[in-house]
Amino acid sequence: MSARTLTIDGKQISAEKGASVLQAATEAGIKIPTLCHLEGVYDVGACRLCLVEVKGINKLLPACTTRVAEGIEVTTNSERLNKYRRMTLELLFAERNHVCAVCVANGHCELQSLAYGLGLDHVRYDYIFPRWEVDDTHRLFGMDHNRCILCTRCVRSCWHIEGAGTKNVAGRGAKSKIITDLNQKWGDSESCTECGKCVMSCPTGALFKKGSAVGESERDRTKLEFIVNAREKKQWNA
Amino acid sequence: MQIEDLNAIAEKHIGSRKKIIVRTCMSAGCMSSRADAIKKNLETAVKEQGLDAEVEVRRVGCMGFCGQGPLVGIDGVKEKEILFEHIKPEDANAIIASLKGVESNLEIGDPDHPFFAKQTKIVRANGGIIDPEKIEDYIAIGGYEALHNALTEMQPAQVVEEVTKSGLRGRGGAGFPTGLKWGTVAKSPGAKKYIICNGDEGDPGAFMDRSVLESDPHLVLEGMAIAAYAVGADQGFLYVRAEYPLAISRLQIAIKQAKALGLLGAGIFETPFNFNVDIRIGAGAFVCGEETALMMSVEGKRGTPRPRPPFPAESGLFGCPTLINNVESFANITAIIKKGGDWYASIGTEKSKGTKVFALTGKINNTGLIEVPMGIPLRQIVEEMGGGAPDGRKIKSVQTGGPSGGCIPAEFLDTPVDFESLAKLGSIMGSGGMVVMDDTTNMVEIAKFYMEFCKDESCGKCIPCRAGTAQMENLLNKIIARQATQRDLAKLEELCDMVKNTSLCGLGQTAPNPVLSTLKYFRNEYEELLQPDKFGPAATATK
Amino acid sequence: MERLKIATVWLGGCAGCHMSFLDLDEFLIELAGKVDVVYSPIADVKEFPEGVDVCLIEGAVCNVDNLELLHKIRARSKVLVSFGDCAVTGNVPAMRNQFGIDNADNVLQRAYVDNAQFNPVKPTTDGIVPALLEKVQPVHEVVHVEFYLPGCPPPADRIKALMVQVLEGKTPKLEGAQLKFG
Repeated sequence: MSARTLTIDGKQISAEKGASVLQAATEAGIKIPTLCHLEGVYDVGACRLCLVEVKGINKLLPACTTRVAEGIEVTTNSERLNKYRRMTLELLFAERNHVCAVCVANGHCELQSLAYGLGLDHVRYDYIFPRWEVDDTHRLFGMDHNRCILCTRCVRSCWHIEGAGTKNVAGRGAKSKIITDLNQKWGDSESCTECGKCVMSCPTGALFKKGSAVGESERDRTKLEFIVNAREKKQWNA
Repeated sequence: MQIEDLNAIAEKHIGSRKKIIVRTCMSAGCMSSRADAIKKNLETAVKEQGLDAEVEVRRVGCMGFCGQGPLVGIDGVKEKEILFEHIKPEDANAIIASLKGVESNLEIGDPDHPFFAKQTKIVRANGGIIDPEKIEDYIAIGGYEALHNALTEMQPAQVVEEVTKSGLRGRGGAGFPTGLKWGTVAKSPGAKKYIICNGDEGDPGAFMDRSVLESDPHLVLEGMAIAAYAVGADQGFLYVRAEYPLAISRLQIAIKQAKALGLLGAGIFETPFNFNVDIRIGAGAFVCGEETALMMSVEGKRGTPRPRPPFPAESGLFGCPTLINNVESFANITAIIKKGGDWYASIGTEKSKGTKVFALTGKINNTGLIEVPMGIPLRQIVEEMGGGAPDGRKIKSVQTGGPSGGCIPAEFLDTPVDFESLAKLGSIMGSGGMVVMDDTTNMVEIAKFYMEFCKDESCGKCIPCRAGTAQMENLLNKIIARQATQRDLAKLEELCDMVKNTSLCGLGQTAPNPVLSTLKYFRNEYEELLQPDKFGPAATATK
Repeated sequence: MERLKIATVWLGGCAGCHMSFLDLDEFLIELAGKVDVVYSPIADVKEFPEGVDVCLIEGAVCNVDNLELLHKIRARSKVLVSFGDCAVTGNVPAMRNQFGIDNADNVLQRAYVDNAQFNPVKPTTDGIVPALLEKVQPVHEVVHVEFYLPGCPPPADRIKALMVQVLEGKTPKLEGAQLKFG
């Protein structure tokens, strides 16, 4: 195994040949903001948050898909980079309907935490307020397109970890949409294995387990009845 | 197939020709004005007037002067061709009668018009001359000789060397040196390599590649085959957008004919070289003109770009080394092989060699396709060849490079048209769209038009392009509606910078260009629309 | 030192931010020692006064009254603070925007007719219920805003953190746990 020596934010580090700049930085304890990156699936370089400066190269490069090379000098944290990152997040917040106050992911949302990390306290662009539906036809899970940032983590984990190939992307530009099978209702999907990997992958509240929203908190009281019957009447039938 | 057989086909075909040839333009433009009926009527008229023995009516590709179409050209009567313009199907009898000296009041064009006289034709040399659906026509003017020469007299490295020597740069827009690209693919290790011809021309107002494919499909196929030999590929894909049905059907015919004669397929010219070409039809996404997105599409996947490196030369189609060039780039190859790289390099400027085809459109008198040597001043194109703006109006600006390009104001009309000079003005050569604007054009509206185009055509993969173009369009709309302030303009400029520097592919990286160039040269048109910032911070400076 | 003139206003929101403000508890007494509250839903003042130093704005801009008051506030105040998510993002009140710009009428139909148990009628009488705007907007899309305090509602300690900095004449900066939407 051969190693490469490089500098990230002034720190000399070594990384395995073929490693991404993101991996190298993470190993060295340097945190680069990411959104479409997900451990376990391949990188697509889509969210542009992990863009870094490499000395001598004109263009900004995504840390997730750029391989380490001998002697490169990488800057992950500059005024310019952070400005672009903040703008990227502002664009995301304005693009769909991210209403944190009523979101199942509030407080556990990567979009939120990235925004706080960059000191984003308001969005300067006009909110677009597009109309998107919620697909709640699946028995266990739901998909709220209002909260989707199109990172495609769900698609990649569905194809490459589960191997089901249920999730996909349809449409172009801002009208792009995560779909199930051939743009069918999730509840009608025959390819979905109900493994929940898409939900695990989602950085926001777009994909969620059912029952987590306030209005869905139905109480299942049959268990109580079962225990009481078992104790008092010695009946063990559910 | 050997060279003798090729020559025999050519001789036989030339021998069968009649004295007078009536060429009918049957490219998409003239076809939309009923060129098929014109040709049919011409054929009937020839029969009825008893001229069968000496007159043949030939289907040809684009003659270039589209604004004057439908066009009919006649060879063999006078020393120069006779060109009939704005022809209708009912004019057929009069045209044929004119061959017998009968006067007509049909519109006759001037073959010495600057629109034609100032052109240097390499790529479009056969356009409007040969029948694009007859391989014999192509062979008769020396077609497939270059492929034969390359296969039998040159080593692959020599072919690459010749292309490098020619100084040809990619005609798709970026202007990357073609020889260097070929050399890289040739040197990339891999048992399987691919050639792709990018015919996904999508810039508004651009129809250069369509015309080449419709008028001279074999020229592109031959160029691809030579490239395949040079880099060691045996499979090619021609990626054409579905909006070009005529180009697709002519390519299908061309491929079938070339295969039948053994000019494509296994053991071409009885050498060990094999090369097959398949057509892939794009579904209309502009972004599929971007090479990595195009390759995804050829693979049958969603057409979205991926970060480079790795470049296609190393890892392209199906992970194999892939040479991807634009239609016009391939169309230059046979001439380079036949006449040599030095000859090609003698045309053009120091850094931009050869010719470039432009689609001249917009507020201009002479609309159509032109092929001019690199370095020609823009003024010669728009004023002499194009004849200036209609109705005696003044030309205000020339837009080059489509949605990725910029608007060049009239004061720079003396700029030579080459890669470097256009870039210096904040525009690009692009694929060859040239849209002329007169003094009635509102530049903010133009910027908005292109931004809306980019927004609609964004693939949606990366955030800056997907959401940034939408916000830029929103800001431009606000400015046009006179609802924006200086702060909105600042936001627009900030977004231009951000989208340019952070987008994943060329579409997003260049999407702000029409805004940036109009801001650079016509900033006053933006500022005139701005409103005072009544509720901004300035209003609160005093207690 | 001159006592600062503070105002708080309640546009289109649930009043939760003001509840949170009242949760400042004993800090309110400290505050009262330093500032005059010259306008607030919890004080009976009819007209928004001139010369306000700091105005906290709760709620999104939903109707013509909100809009008119906001313009007046901007003209008469030095520093505006968008107070809570409705003011900062539009939040829940802005969710009606998804139904298109002609939705104002549909909103009234749903609220006052479709869901009404008694006397279903849309409030159209002039001067009683202010007309809804076509689109609900966060405060800074309408007027310039100096500082932002997100949260639904922002908890009292965050309000205090911001107020302390503002009263000291600093540019307030919320970081870490103090910066949070929702």
